[in-house]
Amino acid sequence: MSINLQNPQNSRKIAFDVAQVRKQFPILQRQVNGNPLVYLDNGASAQKPHAVIDCVSRYYREQHANIHRGVHHLSQSATQAYEDARETIGKFINARHAHEVLFTRGTTDSINLVAASFGGKFLNAGDEVIISTMEHHSNIVPWQMICAQRGAALKIIPINAAGELDMDVYQSLLGARTRLVATLHVSNSLGTINPVERIIALAHDRDVPVLLDGAQAVAHMRVDVQALDVDFYAFSGHKLFGPTGVGILYGKEAWLNDMPPYQGGGDMIEKVTFEKTTYNTLPHKFEAGTPNIVGGIGLGAAVDYFTRFDAQEIAAHEQDILHYATARLTAIDGMKIIGTAKNKASVISFLLADTHPFDVGTILDQLGIAVRTGHHCTQPLMDFYRIPGTARASFALYNDRSDVDALAAGVERAASMLL
Amino acid sequence: MADINQIQDEIIEEFGIFDRWMDKYEYLIDLGKKLPLIDRRYKHEENLVPGCQSRVWLHAELTAGKVRFTADSDAIITKGIIALLIRVLSGQPPQQISQADLYFIKEIGLREHLSPTRSNGLVNMVAKIRTTAETLRQCH
Repeated sequence: MSINLQNPQNSRKIAFDVAQVRKQFPILQRQVNGNPLVYLDNGASAQKPHAVIDCVSRYYREQHANIHRGVHHLSQSATQAYEDARETIGKFINARHAHEVLFTRGTTDSINLVAASFGGKFLNAGDEVIISTMEHHSNIVPWQMICAQRGAALKIIPINAAGELDMDVYQSLLGARTRLVATLHVSNSLGTINPVERIIALAHDRDVPVLLDGAQAVAHMRVDVQALDVDFYAFSGHKLFGPTGVGILYGKEAWLNDMPPYQGGGDMIEKVTFEKTTYNTLPHKFEAGTPNIVGGIGLGAAVDYFTRFDAQEIAAHEQDILHYATARLTAIDGMKIIGTAKNKASVISFLLADTHPFDVGTILDQLGIAVRTGHHCTQPLMDFYRIPGTARASFALYNDRSDVDALAAGVERAASMLL
Repeated sequence: MADINQIQDEIIEEFGIFDRWMDKYEYLIDLGKKLPLIDRRYKHEENLVPGCQSRVWLHAELTAGKVRFTADSDAIITKGIIALLIRVLSGQPPQQISQADLYFIKEIGLREHLSPTRSNGLVNMVAKIRTTAETLRQCH
């Protein structure tokens, strides 16, 4: 299969209106602990619009069959829907080809695929992989595992107190033994938007490929993998208003062709004999077994929903929420914001005086406010700040200033109870 | 000393007067603040309860056939919950501790703290209390 994709920039957009958007997410109408739900845990998982819920339900009611193998109507229709979703997602990130878009179980699975397949082939004793202090465990542990297997080493880009990468050290880390740079596009704990264009350009100067963990980026800004010239881009469906258990690995065709399969099984083969097996072409080479069909199709519906809006308008709306929330929270006595990078996405990690984030989160929950508390799967980053964790509010397109008001009032309530 | 179920019933009655969640949590916070300090030397790695978002230390000693628990946490609400557990279980014989049905937790509306999520360690805390009591019983 080789489908060339058109750039979607020119497609018609509808004006962004947060009040209208909220109505499209049925869960936002519910109450929690007797209070209207204020959902500020979008960094962990985003809620689903009617468009996605209806698509998933319709698929199971009308369309389901296994894909890529049946001659019967349902199988062909499900296959078409699944491959249409791949195309939609490819256009969304402006991939050159649909077969550069691999369906995975999520960001973690995508990174593990690259670590096992790329790392297994291209990492040798003495080689190096560069990551950073602020990585999610998903972009640390797979590299530790493959580096241990191959005798390679991890190099860590340090950060400053604001939570920004030290680009001078990064440059000095790029060396003759560097085989890959793998880092966050946007930090889940701090909100920092990393200077990915520069990270990629510097790596490419030395012919080093770059993997970006885009889990916290794709639902908040326009991502164009061709403009970035990124080699691998990983993200999850469920943080992009799609179903859980599905994600994407974008990889440049040349790399994916050069990499061995990740898992063996059905769908990924061309011909199997006991003596020798030959592999299928992209993308199927990397998609062994019956995939999460409804997940892929649902993610396509989520992308269709999301791309109805102009990404710039969404980003501007979320920046407004971020600045408003930063101002409201900073005004509270004892408030400490963790992560104060100049370039931030709509994530605020905070600590309230010397209280434990768990206590703050528990009280906010009683008020119907969902935030995440803990180390956010970034323990080395928490160690850097010498804190056990933070409370984190992470916003999405359906959040508005009233959510921030509720959060600020909730934190003040927590302060009055805990301090 | 009252038996485990008598103490549980007392606690349920105490919590019965709170109709607002805030009062209940303020009481828990107060209990947390009042929890006697654990001896510093017992706040070591082996006494840490695994799987809690906050750090929880639990120390147990067997004297005259009864287990005495002391504990601490860096989260105050967690500490309040521990204070309740200690009130129910400390000073009881090991066998009764390991077999106790801790129904008061659901009755006073702290059931959500029992869900086995990775952010919540009450399940692990209770498990650690039970296994500690069981170990002490078998050693003596």
